[in-house]
Formats: sequence, C-alpha cells, structure tokens
Amino acid sequence: MSFIAKPKVSHPGLPRNALGLTLRDYEGGMSTLCAGCGHDSITAALVQAAFELSIPPHRMAKLSGIGCSSKTPAYFASASHGFNSVHGRMASVATGANAANGQLHYIGVSGDGDTLSIGLGQFCHAVRRNLNMLYVLENNGVYGLTKGQFSASADVGSKAKKGEVNQQPPIDPCQLALSIGCTFVARSFSGDKDQLVPLLKAGLSHRGFAMVDVISPCVTFNDHEGSTKSYDFTRKHFHAAIYADYVPPATEIRSRQAAGSVREVTMHDGSRLLLHKVGADYDPSDRVAAFEYLSRRQSEGQVVTGLLFIDEGKPDMHEVQNLATEPLNTMGYANLNPGQKALDAIQARFR
Amino acid sequence: MQPTDISNPQYFHKVVDCQWGCPAHTDVPGYIRLIAQGRYTDAYMLNRQANVFPGILGRVCDRPCEPVCRRARVEKEPVAICRLKRVASDLREDVAALLPKAPRRKNGKRVALIGAGPASLTVANDLLPMGYEVVIYEALAVPGGLMRSNIPSFRLPAEVLDEEIGMIVGMGADLRLGTPVKSMKALLAEGYDAVFVGSGAPKGKNLKLPGRDEAAANIHIGIAWLESVAFGHVERIGERVLIIGVGNTAMDCCRTSLRLGAKNVKVMARKPREFFKASAWELQDAEEETVEIVVNHSPKSFVMEKGRLTGMIFEKMEYEIDARGRITAEKIAGEEFFPCDDVVLAIGQENAFPWVERDLGIEFDKWDVPVVDQVTYQGTRPGVFFGGDSAFGPKNIIWAVEHGHQAAISIHKYCHGEDIARRMPYGMNLATSKMGMHEWSYSNAYDPVERRVMPHVSLKERFKKLNLEVELGFTAEQFTREVERCLNCDIQTVFTAKLCIECDACVDICPTRCLTITTNGPEDELRQRLSAPANNLSQDLYVSTGLPQTGRVMVKDEDLCVHCSLCAERCPTGAWDMQKFTLKVPYAADEAAESVPQTRTGT
Repeated sequence: MSFIAKPKVSHPGLPRNALGLTLRDYEGGMSTLCAGCGHDSITAALVQAAFELSIPPHRMAKLSGIGCSSKTPAYFASASHGFNSVHGRMASVATGANAANGQLHYIGVSGDGDTLSIGLGQFCHAVRRNLNMLYVLENNGVYGLTKGQFSASADVGSKAKKGEVNQQPPIDPCQLALSIGCTFVARSFSGDKDQLVPLLKAGLSHRGFAMVDVISPCVTFNDHEGSTKSYDFTRKHFHAAIYADYVPPATEIRSRQAAGSVREVTMHDGSRLLLHKVGADYDPSDRVAAFEYLSRRQSEGQVVTGLLFIDEGKPDMHEVQNLATEPLNTMGYANLNPGQKALDAIQARFR
Repeated sequence: MQPTDISNPQYFHKVVDCQWGCPAHTDVPGYIRLIAQGRYTDAYMLNRQANVFPGILGRVCDRPCEPVCRRARVEKEPVAICRLKRVASDLREDVAALLPKAPRRKNGKRVALIGAGPASLTVANDLLPMGYEVVIYEALAVPGGLMRSNIPSFRLPAEVLDEEIGMIVGMGADLRLGTPVKSMKALLAEGYDAVFVGSGAPKGKNLKLPGRDEAAANIHIGIAWLESVAFGHVERIGERVLIIGVGNTAMDCCRTSLRLGAKNVKVMARKPREFFKASAWELQDAEEETVEIVVNHSPKSFVMEKGRLTGMIFEKMEYEIDARGRITAEKIAGEEFFPCDDVVLAIGQENAFPWVERDLGIEFDKWDVPVVDQVTYQGTRPGVFFGGDSAFGPKNIIWAVEHGHQAAISIHKYCHGEDIARRMPYGMNLATSKMGMHEWSYSNAYDPVERRVMPHVSLKERFKKLNLEVELGFTAEQFTREVERCLNCDIQTVFTAKLCIECDACVDICPTRCLTITTNGPEDELRQRLSAPANNLSQDLYVSTGLPQTGRVMVKDEDLCVHCSLCAERCPTGAWDMQKFTLKVPYAADEAAESVPQTRTGT
C-alpha cells in the first residue's frame, strides 16, 4: 500500500491500442492492498489484457464480493461499470446484470474465500448457466483480510504463518469447474504475466463462463516456508500443461512447421487461440482427460497451469434462456411494457 | 547485458542529468532541495562549491543543465534551474563566516594568474585557502573579465559581480588592476612557481566585405563595442541598427542598441532558426523587446552614400535540409538591401596572444590557439596552464569555472612535484532516504505544475536606464512551486537482486513504465522488449544480476524515471531502495589532503 498517488505523468512513447488509448487509460485507483500482493499483479494483467483487446472501458462491467480480491476491481478501468456486492454473492449479481445487458464484457473478481466457501453455490450455478463472463479467482489459500486463517483452497499439510498445519482437504476450483460443466477452465500464477495475460484475453473473448484460477501469493500471511501458495513454492512446482498464446484474427500467423504441435481454437467472436503443447500430449478439449491429468499432477504436488479445458460449442445463458440480445436499457418503455392488451393476449393463450 | 556496475560513481552521476550536463558538476537537485526547505544560505554554499559564482550564474549561465533536465522529457519545459540558483543567492544571509579562509601561514608557492575573469578567479578561489600566494594581472581597471565587459548590466548588475568577485579576492589575492601582461617571457622571469593564463578570447571576428573599411566609423565589433558601452565610452547608436550574427553576443548587442536609442534593430541570420547559436531564452527576451530576427540572409556588402553608411546588401539564401536536420545544399535566390545607420558584427570571437613570445616552448596550433592538454590544462611548457576561453576557444562561464578547478589541481600537483596526470577519481556516497514506512527524506510526490514564468520589468520601463536589471527574480509563490518541479534525480533507485521475489509490484506501479523483469539479452534487443521501448540511447539501462527464483533480470530504463519512490514503496522485501547519491568531486584541496602522509596515532 502506498500513500502517495500514482502521478499522472506517463511515458510519451507508450504504445496505443486500436482505440488510441494507452495502458494508463485502463488503470484505476491506487491499491490499498499490501505491498507485493499478487492481486495487484493480476490487476495489472487485467489492465494489460483489456488494453491489448482494445475494449472500450465503458463497455466493461466489474463485479466482486467481499475480501482482498474483491477490492481489486476498484484498481482497474476507472471508466467502466462496477458493482461491489455482498460476500459470495457476486455470481448472482453478475447473472442479473448479464440478463439485463448481454453486450458488456463482464469481469468478476473473487477470492478463494468468496468463491469456495460462502459463495460456492453461487459459483456453481453461474458455471451451470454458462454465464458469459470472465471469472477471475484470486487464489492465495488464506483469509488475508481477517489475518490469516486457512481458506478452502489451502492444501493439506500446508502451514500458516504461525506454524499451524492445515488438516482439511482443499477444493480445487479447476477440478470443481470441470466437474460441473464449465466451458473454459484455466489456471495461472500472478508472477507469470507472460502466461496470465493471454489467458485473460482468451477468457474475455470466450462466449460463456471463463474461469481463471490464479495463484496469487499473500505476501503478508502466506508467502513463507511451508506455504503451498507462496511465490517460491509456486515457481518451484509450476507445471505449464500447455503454452497458450492469444492471437487476434487481424494478426494471425500460421506456422506450417508446427502443424503437428499447434491446436487452433476459433473463438465465438472470430478470433483464434493458438495452443502450443509442451511436454505431455495435453488435449484441452477432453474434459475427462483434463480432470484426470489435473488430479494426477495434483497428487504429485504440482500446480498445473495454462488453458486446461475449453468448449466453444455450448450455448451461453442468453441462448439457452432465449433472452433479448438488446440491452434492456435501450429498448424503450413501449417495448419493455407492451401494455394491458399484450398481457391479455398472452394470458388468453394459456386459457 | 552485463550487470550494471553501480559501484562506479559515474553511473549514478549520469542519472542526475543536470549535474552530468553541468561542466562543473554542480549538485543541482541538492541545492534545489535546500531551497525547498528554506535553507537558502546552505543552498548558496552548496552551489558555490562547484560553480563559485551562484549569483552571477543565477542570472547569466548558459544553462547546459536545462536542456538535459529530465522534466523536459516528461513534459515540455525543464525545471528553471538557473533562476532557482538566483533565488538561493538573492535570499541567502551573510555568508562571510562560511567562506573558505586563506591561512595566515603561506605554503611558499607563488602563482601568477593572467586575466581576472571567471577561470582565473576560480583558480584563486581554490588555491588561496591552501596557502598559495596568488597574483592576478588584469588589463582593465576592474576585475571580472568578459562577465563585466561583455555582459550588459541590464542582465548582470555590477553589484552582484563585485560581491562574488570580492569573496575570492578578499581571501588575500594580490589583484593588480590596469596591469596588462605585455610579455610572457618577462612574467616567467619573475620566478613564479606556476602561471595560469585565463585571458579569454578577447578578439571579435571581423567581416571583410566590400565597403568595410570605408564605412568603418559605423561598423562595430560586437564584444569590443559591448565593452565600450560597459565602461561608458559609447553612449549612443543610430536609429536603425543591423546586428550580424545570431549568437548570444548578438542578443546582447541588439538589446543594448535599444537602450542606447536605436528604434529599429534587426538581427541578420544567415541560416534558418534551428541553426541559431543563441540560447532560446535569449532569443525570446530579444524578440520580446521588439528586435526583429531576419533569417536566411547572408551579408554581401556595405553600402555608402556621400561618405556615410546607408545600409547593407544581403544575399537571400535557400537551403535544403534532410530528415536529420542537416543542410545538404544551399543556393542564392536573389539580393535584398536593408537600410541602416550602424552595423554591429557579432559573428564570433578569437583568442589573441600577441604577448606570448613564440620561443618559450609554448606551442600554438595552426589557428593560433595554444596546444593544451584536455585533462590537466597544461600547455606544452611545464608550469604554464590555460583555462577558460583562452584554452579551447569561446565556451561559457561555467566551462571557465570548471577549467579553473581542474587547472588548480594541476597547479597544486605541479608545485609539489607530483604527476599532474595522476588525479583523484570521483567518489560517491549512497545513503537510504527512507525514514519510515512511507516517509522519505525528500518530497517525492509529482507536482504537475508548469514551469513558472520569470517576471520582467515592463517594456515601458526597461529602456529608460541602461543598467536597469530586466529580470526581477522569482517571487516566493513562484519559487516554492518551481522547486517542487524538480524530479530529485539524485535520489537513485538502487536494486538488490537477492531480495527480489519477482512479485511484479514495482513493474506494475511504475507510472512511466521504467521497469521490466525479463530474460537477459543483447542491449539493442533488450531495449525493444521493455515495458516501454527504451529509445533514448543516451540513457543507460540498469541491469541487475540474475534474480533468485527464475534467473531473469530486473531492467530499469533510466530515461524517464520521476523518482516517485512508488517502486520502493510497493516492494515487500526492500529490494528497491531510494538512495541519496552524493557525488564527490575532487578539488585541489582534496588532492592536498590526499598527499599528506598518514601519521600514526595511538600506541
């Protein structure tokens, strides 16, 4: 946390995106999180991703619940919409907002407490509905805001700052998401922006529920020896299942040479995601294999990162529910409220 | 890239662009900070260590510090460094007790200084406190050299000169006014231990064109004419005046002409404006005073009628300029007549050494400029040193001061039989400026205020009196804002790789995208891979050793850092620290201290 404001000066040579905006146009207020918090790095990655995708800031909606993670939407895209809801209830609020206006980029930011404890049910049902949003889970395995208790993602045997050992089995958000039908499952690390930024861009471009679990060390309560969510542990046990690079259609480059090792996924907006396989022959379209792979690596103490699963074929909530594509706030009163006659006609059909 | 060697003082020195740009390496951020704290006397004394004449240079310095000021890269306008120097001088208290003193017991060495200009006075300033007997020979009846004779008093009042020269001469220099040295041979015969030549470049260049000799009565050589004005020998000039040349002397000539009664003054430039030698602010001041600057006109001839100068003919020039701003071709596109009553030639000046016999072992090159060593300032005859404009041709006052400091070191070493080429290296001190969790010993919040504009005497008033100082100095409101524009470039960002956990916090918070954590590579390629491309090649990359977790490196582009300390505030492990850098510039006295043998103490 810093007490002086980030000065308005900017590098005159800063690159500009298709909208003519610089990275700094996607920034928000000054963070009040601890110095070195992984969440701030994720914020920076979100800024980078939105900048690179040239999303107009006013076409973004940021949503969150309660906790350190849920403070972070205040720290990016000041010019966008935002709703800081109740603990664990962000998914419902996002569902409502999305139903009313499906044309915004919804970015939910939540934590391991907010998602996997009090908000677990909310999370699961948003996944089931394939709500069109990017859901970023800032996962540090600890309740930082209440001074360091284990969270539902803390690993068995991992130590708290004072030395207490965790006995409860963790909930792995990626395995959970896979098991309940999530259409985009990814994991990354706040200390690896080269991987995180393309994943966030892919998540923002995915039509459906894109869950990105980000290991985000809590420097104050969970960055010590014995922690399995520390910078050091994560770097040592980091296993990239897949190298994902986000390639927007305008600059697509196909490599003949890599034909056998590159899988191309066409996103709903027409842009493409190129998946480079490294190491094991990982297939991100096979839900069962993904689940099995994650479980095996987890039992070996490895943190698997990258795009773990993607399914572009499943309809999102708007399509399933046949919701209006036009935002309700632009429909006009006459359309939203067609009057008594129209109601009478509908009711007559059911008599 | 190899990790940056931050134990070399010159690395961090270069980051303090103003100090690096100043020939005398004045601690600019240091004194600006003292002004901000209201410590004007301390600011003056800190300034005086390097530049000897803060009051004078606070008015007329050529300001090599300002074009390189980092603030000009972040915005458009640099910090008004020169004007702040004047603030310290204007507001200081009596410094008599703080000035160096000459010891009563002398060291037995006698040194002759020729000319009482800034170079010689600096030598005297450095040598007198060390016990040297210093004799200064000055041709004019007053000391100061070109500072007195060539800079009009409406820019530099005589009282300011008298006071600061007095501080030096007052230490006990034997100042012999009205005593030109007519023979170097005779002077050497007097048995001085060393001789320093600081006689300037007193000869104005002439322009041999048709009509020059016939119209001589109304054609004046700029620096000689300014001197005549300074000493009251010239009190008027014709109504229409043409100034030939567009350097700073030309600006002084045109503004002086206006004060002597000229109504229509034109400065004639041969080339387009981007090739002018005059400082931007001097051009601005002249134009504000209604001087017209005519570009692309090359003088061709003087025109006489009935035995009197009536004007000049100029060739109209056209230039082709390439993308890099260089002239690739020129052609003459006609002629034009400009009527005038007087012409002032301000096209340059030269050294003049008619008084140095050529059989003394003092060599001159083909331009009749003495052959001088660029480090020691010694000529080809041992014991004879040169400095200021007389050494390498016309530069400016602050260069003369630096020459004086360096020559004083050489003179001291020479007089004590030491090798004058073996000089003390620069040193440095680095100390954390962190005082608490979020407290810093300097004001690090970026103030977006624009450069303050110096108030001037109104146009109506300023021509009434020749010596009425035009610049009024900053008001309290102005300088308290202006000091906050300084980016504290002497507070260095020092990185300790082994403490870094690679959390990216510093990289994310940096407002100017100076920082990057990445894999190492060759410099050219690395520069393009940074958070923002580092295209200013004059600014170094600060590259760390490999980071403990991934072996990548921390790279800082020194170009646009605003020293806000946010990287250090965000760093959870203290891997970044903002450290106050103090450059230790060795002066003659330091060399003397070094040569004193260490005495054993204790048992």
